Amino acid sequence: MQLALGPAQYYWRRNDINHFYEAMLSTPLDIIYLGEVVCGKRHELRAADWLERARILAEATDKQIVLSTLTLLESNADLNWVRKICDNGNWLVEANDMSAVQLLSEARLPFTCGPAVNIYNHKAVEHLMSMGMVRWTVPVEMGSQQLSGVLNACEKKPEVEVFAYGHMPLAYSARCFTARHHGLDKDNCAYRCMEYPHGLPLASQEGEELFVINGIQTLSGEAVNLLSHYPQLCERGIDILRLSPQWQQMAPIIDAFDRARRDDLDPQLLPPGVDGYWCDRPGLELIARSGIATSE
Amino acid sequence: MELVCPAGSLPALEAAIDNGADAVYIGFSDETNARNFGGLNFNDKNALRALERIRNRGRKLYVAINTYAKPDSFTRWQAAVDRAAGLNADAVILADIGLMGYAQRRHPDLALHLSVQASATSAPALEFYRQQFGIRRAVLPRVLSLKQVQQLTAASCVELEVFGFGSLCIMAEGRCHLSSYITGESPNKNGVCSPAKAVEWRKVANELETRLNGVLIDRFADHENAGYPTLCKGRFIVDGKRQHALEEPTSLNSMALLPELKAAGIKAIKLEGRQRSPAYVSQVVRTWREAIDQVLQHGDDFLVKDRWQETLAKNSEGKQTTLGAYDRPWQ
Repeated sequence: MQLALGPAQYYWRRNDINHFYEAMLSTPLDIIYLGEVVCGKRHELRAADWLERARILAEATDKQIVLSTLTLLESNADLNWVRKICDNGNWLVEANDMSAVQLLSEARLPFTCGPAVNIYNHKAVEHLMSMGMVRWTVPVEMGSQQLSGVLNACEKKPEVEVFAYGHMPLAYSARCFTARHHGLDKDNCAYRCMEYPHGLPLASQEGEELFVINGIQTLSGEAVNLLSHYPQLCERGIDILRLSPQWQQMAPIIDAFDRARRDDLDPQLLPPGVDGYWCDRPGLELIARSGIATSE
Repeated sequence: MELVCPAGSLPALEAAIDNGADAVYIGFSDETNARNFGGLNFNDKNALRALERIRNRGRKLYVAINTYAKPDSFTRWQAAVDRAAGLNADAVILADIGLMGYAQRRHPDLALHLSVQASATSAPALEFYRQQFGIRRAVLPRVLSLKQVQQLTAASCVELEVFGFGSLCIMAEGRCHLSSYITGESPNKNGVCSPAKAVEWRKVANELETRLNGVLIDRFADHENAGYPTLCKGRFIVDGKRQHALEEPTSLNSMALLPELKAAGIKAIKLEGRQRSPAYVSQVVRTWREAIDQVLQHGDDFLVKDRWQETLAKNSEGKQTTLGAYDRPWQ
């Protein structure tokens, strides 16, 4: 099992981003995804800066560097950003929408598909593999049963990556909810999302944490945590677990998953989170309440 | 500009035809379409009747098969495509690339329209679907501003359809899992958002609560109009403030932009609402027919009539409408 650091979802300051990735070099991660995936207006690091960051990290580590593209493209500027990432000439690219799939396949480059590309069955997997997809990060709402159905029906499988820890990206909009919260329009957003390095929580009127607002993106209110399902993830043939960048305490999360792959699985090392989607239930549920989940 | 109208039943389809639809889109009664609601949509017998009425009046029939096929029941989605082809439908509206591959191989003469659920928002994304599956038309997600729609129309390799009126999805369609996060069922997987079976209305003291799978979506005082608990239109707490943090109950209405959309080269206007009554379809279709005819005849002198605005507002969520993402300040 490999461990991947997914692309960062939040808008952090340039220095903080640089320090964060430098700190990741000494962790047992195998793969690091880099790049802006949420909003093309975010300019602490533009496309060229992310490519530079990739170059610096690649020089310092053997970990695989993958560049991720924007998820929701609206303007020509967004598309140009995606083109620059796809044209990088060195690193594998994670396509987060069909624009990137098209650009990469036209250039006859291999690519991975991120969780917001809608791949729900074996026919879709096979089609994209015929175009160059080498790795598939499963949509966050797909449960283990459907995933097994897909993989069992595939004649040839890509590498399979599952979103295993962190607040799950659930939705993308034209509207910036952070700006709206501050009474601003998106065109004059003043980059207020930078004030929320782990997002802006949205709760029900009873105080239940439902979602996290992050600019144009909405994330799950609770973090998914599939650590207790580690044995089942291995059995199901999952190749890679994606851990989503957290503003704080990233190292203990990586450590907990790394211990699992060294036969030292201890679910108590991390807060329980939720695992509903993986158990084919509503995403906000927690099914394996304690201990190690076993296959049914 | 073609007027593409919704029908969830035969009476709605007849209402659409009688009031000036150029094309009517329907779905089959199962999870293969994105309005998979009880008592709605068409079985084989009604689909044949629908086709007969369409052909008698010289209109077009489109079949929406726009959810994402499950691996274990892929044949159900294939069968839906076969049924649409067997009906000789004028097009199928698809989102799933697995299913598009099947449709193209099995029914090479069947026209494919790209569903809004596929969320294609750029020229290369549209080119992907044209090159791989030969789509002839794409329905654009309700996330683009008017200027972006104009730019995309200029760069597009296929004809484009946009939403004119109806319930407003504020998230990019096909890229929203809010519903499955709370209820387990989503548009992509099950063809439903905030499904009726998960809804509870509870009277508590002087308030009416709406819940989805037990989660409180909103509370209404006696004087407030309590709406259906669509997840993104509830009132939530952000930073201590109770507010419609994502969107208010409102409907999209882009009628004021008809001249610009026509000038940009938009080929079709879609009205949302397969889940709505024949009365809704009659009123909304007639209003849009008049408006489109006005634009076709008078071009730039087009003005939205008060009467049209009133009819559309009456048929809107929360009795109000918005230009949505077409208008930058909404974003």
